[in-house]
Amino acid sequence: MAKQRTEVADIDRTLYDITDSEEGFERLDAGLTPDIVREISERKDEPEWMLDFRLKSLEIYRKMPNPTWGPSIQGLDMDHIVTYVKPNTDQQATWDEVPDDIKNTFERLGIPEAERSYLAGVGAQYDSELVYHNMQDTAAKMGIVYSGIEEALHEPAWEALIRSKFMTLIPPTDHKFAALHGAVWSGGSFVYVPKGVKLDFPLQSYFRLNAKGAGQFEHTLIIVEDDADLHFIEGCSAPKYNVANLHAGAVELFVGKRAHLRYSTIENWSKNMYNLNTKRARVDDEGEIEWISGSFGSHVGYLYPMSVLNGRKSRSSFTGITFAGAGQNLDTGCKVVLNAPDTSATVETKGISKGGGIQTFRSSVVVTPKAEGARVSVSCASLMLDDESRSDTIPAMDVRAKNVDIGHEATIGRIGDDKIFYLMSRGVPEEEARAMIVNGFANPVAKELPLEYAVEMNNLIKLEMEGAIG
Amino acid sequence: MPISPLLSVDGLTASVDEKTILHDVNLNIPAGETHVLMGPNGAGKSTLGHLIMGDPAYTQDAGTILFDGQDMSDLSPDKRSRAGIFLSFQAPVEIPGVPLSSFLRATIAGRPGLEMRGKEFRRRMKELCAELDMDPAYLNRELGVGFSGGEKKKVEMLQLLLLQPKLAILDETDSGLDVDALGVVSRGMDLYRKSTDGTLLIITHNTRILEHLDVDRVHVMVNGRVVREDDASLIDWIDENGFESFERAAENDAAENAR
Repeated sequence: MAKQRTEVADIDRTLYDITDSEEGFERLDAGLTPDIVREISERKDEPEWMLDFRLKSLEIYRKMPNPTWGPSIQGLDMDHIVTYVKPNTDQQATWDEVPDDIKNTFERLGIPEAERSYLAGVGAQYDSELVYHNMQDTAAKMGIVYSGIEEALHEPAWEALIRSKFMTLIPPTDHKFAALHGAVWSGGSFVYVPKGVKLDFPLQSYFRLNAKGAGQFEHTLIIVEDDADLHFIEGCSAPKYNVANLHAGAVELFVGKRAHLRYSTIENWSKNMYNLNTKRARVDDEGEIEWISGSFGSHVGYLYPMSVLNGRKSRSSFTGITFAGAGQNLDTGCKVVLNAPDTSATVETKGISKGGGIQTFRSSVVVTPKAEGARVSVSCASLMLDDESRSDTIPAMDVRAKNVDIGHEATIGRIGDDKIFYLMSRGVPEEEARAMIVNGFANPVAKELPLEYAVEMNNLIKLEMEGAIG
Repeated sequence: MPISPLLSVDGLTASVDEKTILHDVNLNIPAGETHVLMGPNGAGKSTLGHLIMGDPAYTQDAGTILFDGQDMSDLSPDKRSRAGIFLSFQAPVEIPGVPLSSFLRATIAGRPGLEMRGKEFRRRMKELCAELDMDPAYLNRELGVGFSGGEKKKVEMLQLLLLQPKLAILDETDSGLDVDALGVVSRGMDLYRKSTDGTLLIITHNTRILEHLDVDRVHVMVNGRVVREDDASLIDWIDENGFESFERAAENDAAENAR
């Protein structure tokens, strides 16, 4: 007889909770001072302008207030956060050269296997530095650059380009944690896809934060030139500690004319993590940005990837799923600015809360006077799995253009008892009936997640029944 | 030797939100027979069907529900289903994102004699769809979503034929059933009777659904009580006279009891 146990479980974190020893790692002192910022910069041997940028960002950080509108971040004390932890290795181009502990961690997360089977390139960051970066020769021959951003900064050919783009979409003045990022950023990937080049297989960067009480501040910069095409996957996880960890990364994406970029993220930080991440894309004429976003981890999350549609007929789509379980307060959604004629944006999200978790969908859509003929469709649905959990939707729209087509749809609900009874009356046990309903709810969005992250979804909604859910 | 009935409801009293809605209901259905439960709107007919299936929306306060010699009272609906009871819903639910075929496979999973492998399942589905004049493309659609009333009925009948229950309770109280939907239900009942030694309890106030059907017994329910039981001739009588005389009698009884 087929195995039938099925349930809507909390995410099984055993895989992520294994910690590695920090022997041989270098840790800077906790807290935030100009000296610490100088030391980070010095270790990286980076250009003078970058040190100036960091110090200016630190000044801005000190002047800016904490956000007062979202989940509480009172448990985050910057004086106790270590902003820089260097693992006991330099960046390697083969997994064999990566220290065993770290290599085994990435093996468990399935990264080298995914690399062998279908990725065109992989970058792996461990704490503050990349430990592995490699790309298939075929992609390199197409002229694609995929490397550590610091590595690229040391190449004169790329330094000027990076300088002209770095933190221009997300200026340090944007918010307090953008300023923090500007001051202490470390690691992250740089991708350059030349004009007309289309990469069939995705690139993937994986960010692992092993160090207790530390912050991770990677910077991802991607430039997809006119008529080019890229799928980039970003994954992140961390083991759980009893002190706060912080993630304040930044992602800046430049999408050229008629270019296409799909940016997929699976966030699975541990439940002591404050995920205060910022992502932004600027899209030129007829270009398209597709965000796919799965938020399953973190204690507190603020995450609103933003598309700035600056080119005529440029498009943005955001597809997201958020699961907030016990001890989690996840405030997620997206922002879109439609700033050119005939631009269009779609937003489709699913939120699930369980075990006292709080899940909030928050979005901001701005249609500027330049965006005549713009089209916007926002659809957000939330499902609360019990009476102690909470879901909210806070969609904002500011429309200032003529001849626009705006649609908005929001639903929040619980699993109807009538639905459970119906399924049970046909022989489906209660837990399985619940899992079926949740799975059906999540499915339209979950199926967009990268294949290898099926494991995350399977952990989310355990389905061990033989072929029951197609 | 006296044959014990397949279903035996004895002294069933039930409530919802602490309001009693069924009073001391008795109902016996021997295996292989076709029974009809009739009565005016709000008489408690659907409630009885739901109680037999184990709907947690209702509380069983007194009495027993014996099925196939087993007391059902403490069993959850899925266990009752696996014991051989089937309830077709007046208004089947919608479950977005769940393909009909996936749902159907979950309903037969782990049932001895019914669980099928992929190929066998697909063949069986093809057969059943043909019998019910149903487009197999339905199987890929989300359960109930965007289905018309007639389509929903087809899916209920499809499950009836797939699960081959010992007892099928068909809740057809919705007088709004159109001709198509009525046809679907009649066809489903026919096929069920032909393919198994099935037992039927049809809940309705529409006698048209009963044409061409050999009915063994008719039960009439008024105000949460079974007030009359007789053979099939009662259907024609009700067709002509309606439920008024039963309702008046019930009112008189109530008045007498209050005195």
